Amino acid sequence: MTTLAPPATRGRRLRWALTDTLVIAGRSYSQLRAQPGQIAAELVAPVVMTVLFAYVFGSAIRLPGGGDYRDYLMPGIFMQVMALCAVTAATSVAEDMAHGIIDRFRAQPIARAAVLAGRSLADMTRAWLSLATMSVCGLLIAGWRPHGTPLETLAGFALLALFGYAMNWLGTYIGLFVKNGTQADGATFGWLFPMTFLANAFVPLEGLPGWLRAIADWNPMSAVVSAARQLFGNPGSAAVSWPLRHPVTASLCWSLLIIAVFAPLAVRRYRTAASR
Amino acid sequence: MIHAEGVRKRFGGTEALRGVDLDVPPGSVCGLLGPNGAGKTTMVRVLTTLVRPDGGSARVAGCDVVKDAERLRYRIGLAGQHAALDELLTGRRNLELFGRLYHLPRRTARRRAEELLERFGLAEAANRPVRTYSGGMRRRLDLAASLIVSPPVLFMDEPTTGLDPRSRLALWDELRRLVAEGTTLLLTTQYLDEADHLADRIAVMNAGRVVAAGSPAELKAKVGGDRVSVAFREAADLAPGVAAVRGVLPGEPEIDAAERRLVVPVSDGAASLVKVAAALDAAGVGVEDLGLRRPTLDEVFLALTDAPAGQKEAA
Repeated sequence: MTTLAPPATRGRRLRWALTDTLVIAGRSYSQLRAQPGQIAAELVAPVVMTVLFAYVFGSAIRLPGGGDYRDYLMPGIFMQVMALCAVTAATSVAEDMAHGIIDRFRAQPIARAAVLAGRSLADMTRAWLSLATMSVCGLLIAGWRPHGTPLETLAGFALLALFGYAMNWLGTYIGLFVKNGTQADGATFGWLFPMTFLANAFVPLEGLPGWLRAIADWNPMSAVVSAARQLFGNPGSAAVSWPLRHPVTASLCWSLLIIAVFAPLAVRRYRTAASR
Repeated sequence: MIHAEGVRKRFGGTEALRGVDLDVPPGSVCGLLGPNGAGKTTMVRVLTTLVRPDGGSARVAGCDVVKDAERLRYRIGLAGQHAALDELLTGRRNLELFGRLYHLPRRTARRRAEELLERFGLAEAANRPVRTYSGGMRRRLDLAASLIVSPPVLFMDEPTTGLDPRSRLALWDELRRLVAEGTTLLLTTQYLDEADHLADRIAVMNAGRVVAAGSPAELKAKVGGDRVSVAFREAADLAPGVAAVRGVLPGEPEIDAAERRLVVPVSDGAASLVKVAAALDAAGVGVEDLGLRRPTLDEVFLALTDAPAGQKEAA
């Protein structure tokens, strides 16, 4: 066997970091292939949500500004699924930490950030896949239509995907603090799921009491939903607060801020975290 | 191959390592022995670059564990207390994954996985997910994963905890084979017989320090050598019995009249036992029990770890 040594040059180091990331991502893909049931569940959940909200809520909710509720709804569901990327990330990171495989990774000459970056890359592939499934089922079942230009539509999805990526890093960071997957689920889903309702995802904010409305207005999720609605040309609700009057800028800022804060924190925490 | 001087590590308020010195020559087996919380695992984690020491220095395979950590990671294998494997993936995929993470080319990683599966008797189970493996198979795969780059130094943290006796013996054989091939091995264990069977040298740790080090024989000698012990049937047997034993052994017997028992330190173990048996038989003394007692590592362990711990708490 050839003598193995750390990369000598910066370029080589970068290439190895990239390879490590892809190898770790490949691990996640193999994991998925080993659990076809989970993929199915992940793809079915958004379909169920679409049908549930479109037909159950849709039959009762009338938009104050007029417009089709199903058109209004789909960006909300897209955002919800992206927000819950944090749950997937936290759970899988926590499981890894609990099972000691992280110790093996850390005792191997792997680029520092690769383990987390590879996982988030794989998680995002999954998230984008469910985003695609949902759009198809929005188009087919709920009669959702993007009315903007193709470029705007693409930008809408890109914004949603970026938000998912940000939430993935938030979840990764939380996952490094808890002891197992169950705790990780509680520490993310427990507050994120209600948060997705404390936003303009499913119902217009006009009817909320003032203090609750202020929270919902400044909830990053509201900005993401409004931005998606704007880019898809779907009906929205009257915007009063700054983030909802400038939703694209606001959601871009929120997502980048979350990544800028939590990605470095997670990588640092990962370096020092001693798994049990 | 492993050389540590004054390694210290503090976790919050507890001092896990209070200045540990360790020296393991190439090709030898060092057993790190100690009760729970003695600092064995922390020491292994320092030596395998997982934990950065607060003080002292350590070199493994010619690399400083802090300054040269990355280079060192190519030269060590680590099998921890929990099998560090991906439960969902197959045994083969696990080994390929770890091989790729050593930056082996894809084909080399695949070939190496194949070799290791063969060597560890896992070829048949290679395509099954690890979660279907037995405890022994998991440990073997974990060990295989530690050996992908044929590291000159191997660390094993409580390698046989939770294994059934058969798997345990099989793992011991495998470790002996590796050492015979030139690997330097440091293993931690709570099982004294494991250290006794495998280690050339043992370092006994307690409360973050090495409290004794030496070969298993040297450590046992610290607690005292072999002894012949005789229990007589009747109180009347005691006096003639003692006389008979005195006649054949140079050592001064220790007599417990109430228990009708006699204990003599001896230098040549079994031979002395035969002499005593013959002498007692010739004297026609009634014997209830006769035996050779060797100090076990258990006694060494208890003698070394109990008292110092108490003193340290007081100090």
